[in-house]
Amino acid sequence: MHNQAIQVKGLQKSYKELHVLKGVDFEVEKGSIFALLGSNGAGKTTIVKILTTLLKQDGGTAAVNGFDVAAKPDDVRQSISLTGQFAAVDEILTGRENLIMIAKLRHLENPRQVADDLLNHFGLTDAADRGVSTYSGGMRRRLDIAMSLVGKPQLIFLDEPTAGLDPEVRIEFWQIVKELADGGTTVFLTTQYLDEAEQLADRIAILHEGRIIANGTLADLKKLFPPAKVEYIEKQPSLEEIFLAIVGKKEEN
Amino acid sequence: METIKNYFFSDMGVMLGRSIRHIFRSMDTIITVTIMPIAIMLLFVYVLGGAIQTGTDNYLNYLLPGILLITIANGIGYVSYRMFMDKQRGIFERFHSMPIAHSAPLWGHVLTSLVSNAISVVVIILVALLMGFRSSAGVLSWLAVAGMLALFTLALTWIAIIPGLTAKTFDGASVIAYPIHLLPFVSSAFVPTETMPLGVRAFAENQPVTLILETIRALLYGQPVGNDIWVALAWCVGVMLVAYVFAMRAYKKRV
Repeated sequence: MHNQAIQVKGLQKSYKELHVLKGVDFEVEKGSIFALLGSNGAGKTTIVKILTTLLKQDGGTAAVNGFDVAAKPDDVRQSISLTGQFAAVDEILTGRENLIMIAKLRHLENPRQVADDLLNHFGLTDAADRGVSTYSGGMRRRLDIAMSLVGKPQLIFLDEPTAGLDPEVRIEFWQIVKELADGGTTVFLTTQYLDEAEQLADRIAILHEGRIIANGTLADLKKLFPPAKVEYIEKQPSLEEIFLAIVGKKEEN
Repeated sequence: METIKNYFFSDMGVMLGRSIRHIFRSMDTIITVTIMPIAIMLLFVYVLGGAIQTGTDNYLNYLLPGILLITIANGIGYVSYRMFMDKQRGIFERFHSMPIAHSAPLWGHVLTSLVSNAISVVVIILVALLMGFRSSAGVLSWLAVAGMLALFTLALTWIAIIPGLTAKTFDGASVIAYPIHLLPFVSSAFVPTETMPLGVRAFAENQPVTLILETIRALLYGQPVGNDIWVALAWCVGVMLVAYVFAMRAYKKRV
């Protein structure tokens, strides 16, 4: 049995002159949340595309759930799902129709039931029969994730899932990801928000100039720095905390 | 993998259901592919028709084949548009990271174009019947007309897919529609080509739309089809094959 959901060795990829990945190595354990950090253009999305069979690598190997992505793409696709940078939902269909469509494409037994359950789980039942173009950003994101969970894939890829979302939706989203991992799903997450990785990830890898320059738990990464000094400081609330406190009070009333 | 091939047609059916919903929920599309052709038909029959000499008593009978081709040509820009949107919005990426046949989303669009055009064509023929269109054609001739229209649709559809996949902007994706919209106007769709100036006439008589039109007219009104049908078929199949090769190449490379 493999205990690794993802194994990547010496992965290379170039776009014409641009050498994006120069030999990337990492492994992701089954059932864990793995965060890939990197600045814009570091190649995070390129790695996601190779692992989800959308793009072929130039060199190195990558295996997902024990299947080589280049040799057995169909087996890989069977056990994964991808949520890209933009909510890839059909704007013209309703939320329910979107979910039924994906359930049919995954050839599930009872597409309507699957859709109903997911709508319910993500609090979209009331909006189920409205066109997605009327959804708010948060609802769209929830639908997007719900679509990725159709058929209960073992591994889900989230490529910068919270880019452009407001703080409340981000926190709601983090909750969803934690629940997923508690249920045994492996989560591969790319992000440029450091707090997101800190909140969610069991392991964090940093991609820089085409290579993984650090890889470990948050505690491991913290050890790379000099030991913490104890200082006493007055803690000012961050703007995010203030925002959430005010908005939270409004909702209680 | 065996299972994925087995599901090809059901996957394509899901894609078809999706795009057909898009069409029926887009007022703009419905207007362009049915209301506009009907309006043109009414305009030409009841406003301009009296002054047009085609050598037949029933101008509508002369006009209808042209209206059908205009209908199909009008809908073609939407094929590019739907392809472009799917590529742009990341829906193709979602589909392609799923265990479905890689070309199912593309064939779904082709099938949608065929089905939606068939619906428009039937609606327009029904309206024409109400307005007094009559044909002496038997079942076989009607089948031949349907086949000709289907081939014309396929040829234009594969052309439209290319910019849908390769364009960088929405405007770029839909620009192909304009020259295609114009082709039926410079043909024998509205008036016989004899009155046109020499250069225009030479173009009009030899371009595929006129050949297809004359073939459909011959089939509908029991005249001998002659060589036109073979030349018209050759045009449709030839254009379709060339466009297919380029569209497939673009699809494999970009999606």
